[in-house]
Amino acid sequence: MEVTKIENVTRVYKIGEVETKALGGVNLSIENGEFTALVGPSGSGKTTLLQMIGCLDQPTSGSVWVNGRDVTRLNRNQRADMRRGQIGFIFQFFALIPTLSAYENIEMPLLLNGVGAPERKARVEELLKAVDLADRAQNRPDQMSGGQQQRVAIARALATHPALILADEPTANLDTVNGEQVMEIMTRLNQETGVTFIFATHDPRVIKYARRVVTLRDGLIV
Amino acid sequence: MLNLFKMAFRNLGRHRRRSLLSALALSVSLALLLFMAAFFKGEMRTSMEDTLKLDSGHLQVRAAAYDPAKLSVAWEYLIENPAQVAAQIATLEQVKFATPRLIASGIVSVRDESTGVQIMGIDPASDANAPYRDGLLQGVFITADDRDGILIGAPLAESFQLKVGDSLNLLVNTAEGTVDEQSFSVRGIFSTGSSTYDKGLVLLPLAKTQSFSGAGNHASFIFIMLKDREQAEAVAAALVSPNFTVRTWTEMNELLVLINDFANAYITILNLIILGVTVTVIINTMLMAVLERTREIGILSALGMKGNQVIALFLAEASLLALGGIAVGLLAGWALSAYFGATGIYFGDIGVSGMVMGDRLYPYLMLEDVINLTITAFIVTLVASYYPARLASKMEPVEALRAEK
Repeated sequence: MEVTKIENVTRVYKIGEVETKALGGVNLSIENGEFTALVGPSGSGKTTLLQMIGCLDQPTSGSVWVNGRDVTRLNRNQRADMRRGQIGFIFQFFALIPTLSAYENIEMPLLLNGVGAPERKARVEELLKAVDLADRAQNRPDQMSGGQQQRVAIARALATHPALILADEPTANLDTVNGEQVMEIMTRLNQETGVTFIFATHDPRVIKYARRVVTLRDGLIV
Repeated sequence: MLNLFKMAFRNLGRHRRRSLLSALALSVSLALLLFMAAFFKGEMRTSMEDTLKLDSGHLQVRAAAYDPAKLSVAWEYLIENPAQVAAQIATLEQVKFATPRLIASGIVSVRDESTGVQIMGIDPASDANAPYRDGLLQGVFITADDRDGILIGAPLAESFQLKVGDSLNLLVNTAEGTVDEQSFSVRGIFSTGSSTYDKGLVLLPLAKTQSFSGAGNHASFIFIMLKDREQAEAVAAALVSPNFTVRTWTEMNELLVLINDFANAYITILNLIILGVTVTVIINTMLMAVLERTREIGILSALGMKGNQVIALFLAEASLLALGGIAVGLLAGWALSAYFGATGIYFGDIGVSGMVMGDRLYPYLMLEDVINLTITAFIVTLVASYYPARLASKMEPVEALRAEK
């Protein structure tokens, strides 16, 4: 079953009088449990495509289906609900809340979903173990390395058992060792939990982990 | 909810100095608001109390033709058999004291200096005169049968360098429209706490004032104090008679009531100005917080936080800021009011005609003002923070995530 389907999606940014076409009519279907890399040079539309699937942005035309729902028809709050329940995000810049500990960062989506305290605790501890950070639970982002922060971000993305995890250049700010460690954890979690991963990258060392590679150039799949 | 406040608390801790300064702005403004409220309340309260107990009483029963501005002792303006009338009034349950008073105008002269005074003939035995008796600085109180004893206020004694036992000449406008003069011996010097009032007043026994001024068995009015001043209208209604007019304290002190209303309007405007400045500081702080944390708002949106939850987060920060600021402001405002409430603020002789004002002003903080101003400060902080919070909630996640911070 497909977890997301993109039909004729275009995205045009208008800055002043200048129009820039980030996506020029993309069609793509991703099945449940896939581990897919979106590759392509900078400006090819990888991030824009992820933002469309992640309900962070709306296409200029076309439709985006996530878990059987056309998310282009949803309003702002419904899209927030979608992100909260169905989609996990991993960003290039780690994107943790600096005032919260590793534990609290992972707990945040569970809190937003109204998960009860005992269940929350069990889930956060399970995830901390899964990303090998059980001993860092109380550390805040500035007390952790980049690799550790990105592992917290992975755990946070998985917290609510989403159907889909979108990772935008997850290793771009990491050294080789940490980058590989992050990719290995993502691969393992994909295999163990069956959650779908779509990640954007232009790093060949990352692409090798993908079981499917979708290449974008100038806003089109090639 | 708890987590929201935990996050809010930590967010405030990111820029401790800025958060502290914003809370301090609120503290200072609340302390100022409280002190101003206490100052005005104290001023109005003491001047009202002084006016009532010294000057007007709660009620006055006067002859129908009496005109307080004239200070005339011509019989047609006066009440006949005042002691009897007062005794009758005193039998009413609501009445605390009822005593006759005769007011005449006169001139005090000592050596070659003189000044105009109001001569007040009193029944020395009446408890209504306690403010004068208790305010004696030197000497003794006059007695009913004293024929040449006089009580004078401290400012008058000072300006004429009079002490107990000294003599002064008192000239009075009599009932017949002539003047009479007699030498009196200073029995005592009093201070009621209001120099303005004391400098123009001398006290004589009622009987002596009556004979000296030719007023016979008459008085200007019956000075009445009630157990509860709110009963004034009811008692006034009970005392209505064709021979008398009955004036209540609100009628007699219209100026004071007017000034009270004016003070309330004035203080409202001052409050608005102070709160306006505070609002600016708070909006600025919260706006900085929102702009600095744009990317973080993007992250929270990506995690599925909705607009109203983003608003709630920033309002939680504002509430904590407000609570801290208000706690310190309450303490400071209370301490200021309590300190000056005990020591008083010296203003000296700043009398306003028609009003008795003490030389010292004692701020008086009322619970009602504390509650009102605290709630107002809290609400104003939240309202001021709403605009920045709403700005944060309206950010597009994609735009917010692209921000530098």
